[in-house]
Amino acid sequence: MTKIDIIDRIHEKTGLSKKESSDVVELIFGTIKVALEAGAKIKISGFGNFVIRNKRPRIGRNPQTGQEIEISARKVLTFKPSQVLKKAVNSQGLENRT
Amino acid sequence: MTKSELVEKIATQTSQLSKRVAEAVVEQLFESMVDALRQGERIEIRGFGSFEIRTRNAKVGRNPKTGDKVSIPQKRIPFFKAGKELRERVDS
Repeated sequence: MTKIDIIDRIHEKTGLSKKESSDVVELIFGTIKVALEAGAKIKISGFGNFVIRNKRPRIGRNPQTGQEIEISARKVLTFKPSQVLKKAVNSQGLENRT
Repeated sequence: MTKSELVEKIATQTSQLSKRVAEAVVEQLFESMVDALRQGERIEIRGFGSFEIRTRNAKVGRNPKTGDKVSIPQKRIPFFKAGKELRERVDS
C-alpha cells in the first residue's frame, strides 16, 4: 500500500476530488512530520503513538574489523502500536497457526 | 499531538475543508492503514516511513509472580521504520 491507495480511499469515502484528497494526505503526513521534528509525541487513538526517544552515546563495534567506535547520542523515532492495531493484525490467519 | 489536534490543524490549514470533512479524512487515512496491516500488507509512505508485519515466534514465557511456565503462541506485530528523510529531520 502506498499513498495513492490511501488517496483513492479518501476520494471514494469522502467525495473530495483526487487532487483535494492528495493535497490533504500530504498535509496530514507533513503536519505529523513537523510535530515530530519539534520533538512532540503523536498519539493516534486506534492506531498508535509516535515517540521521539533520546539515545545516549554507546560503544559500538565494526563487525568486519572488530574496531570499537563510539555511536553518538541521537534522537530516534519509535512507533508503539495501539492495542486495537495489535489485535487487528492478529485477527486473521489464526486458523493457520496450529 | 493527538488525533483530534491533528484534525484541528488540518481544518485550519485548509480553508475549503470543514472540520467534519477533515475529521473524516484523518479517520479514513488511519483506518485504511489498519486494514492494510490487518491483511499483512506492507505500507510505504514516501518521505515518512514504512509499516510492515513481523512475526514473533512462539516461546515459553513465565508468569513473573508465580514462576509458572506459560506458552506464548506465535504472534504478528506491526513494525514501523522511519524513512531516511524523517530519521534525519528528527535527529537534527
